[in-house]
Amino acid sequence: MIQTRRSFLNRATLSATAVALLAGRDALAASHTGAKMDASSDVGILNTALALEHEGINAYTLGAQSGLLEKPVLDVAVRFQADHKEHRDTLAGAIRKLGGKPVEEKPLAEYAKALHADTLKTQADVLGLAARLEMGATNAYLGVIPSFKNSQLAKVSARLAADEALHWTILNNALGKPLPAGGMPFGA
Amino acid sequence: MKAGLFAACAALAAQALPAHADAARGKQLYESRCIACHSVDENRVGPAHKGVFGRKAGSAKGYDYSPALKKSKVIWNEKTLDRWLANPERLIPGQKMGFSVPDARDRADLIDYLKSVK
Repeated sequence: MIQTRRSFLNRATLSATAVALLAGRDALAASHTGAKMDASSDVGILNTALALEHEGINAYTLGAQSGLLEKPVLDVAVRFQADHKEHRDTLAGAIRKLGGKPVEEKPLAEYAKALHADTLKTQADVLGLAARLEMGATNAYLGVIPSFKNSQLAKVSARLAADEALHWTILNNALGKPLPAGGMPFGA
Repeated sequence: MKAGLFAACAALAAQALPAHADAARGKQLYESRCIACHSVDENRVGPAHKGVFGRKAGSAKGYDYSPALKKSKVIWNEKTLDRWLANPERLIPGQKMGFSVPDARDRADLIDYLKSVK
């Protein structure tokens, strides 16, 4: 089953070109009145998203280090973590381009405490935590789209949401849970 | 005329504000929408929500708030939480939560749940 799911992983993720695109748009935006305040608002949202990615990366580290994940599942978890690292780099790059300072990662122990990592006793526990975080991240990225002043950043947020939704779907399937009953289950 | 207008406004207000909130539904909403950044017991990307109802904004112990939240005089009650969830930036400019809850019933249910996490 994991092998089948892994075929889903051969898809496009956010690339460094997204950052370059953002840089070009931001230079244009900077010439407009109010752009500085808009950029400051967007930086705030991006930094919240970056904090979310830091937590996601560390959650997968905790899962990988728990010894609870069997080999094929572990491979998928590591792959998802790599996606989150790409998200992190994209967000941090965009924050810098907008003149902001990317929020820093906290020590692993702080994430372990916040996520109650000591309660993870089985592979299903780890996957359940990951699925909850991925669902939350999907909804968060969708939820902040209307708040962005820069439409290119809104698009990046939508692409990040799609990545998180993909992760959630695979984790949900690995847990043997059914698909949501209706369409448009995220972002309502 | 005035009485008619008043009645119309009252009817609209009644439509906007749900007759009764549902904490159980609020919990479900919390676990799908808020859980990315928040939890009841722990400060994460956002502050812990245990005891949020009735406390001063920016006062969850150990959480690194924005300067805007730190200096805010807002006390979290039904009205302020509703305004916050509808548009955080409008209530406290300079805050850092980009997420909002546009639907009045969703806000009411979430607030009912937040009242229950003591």
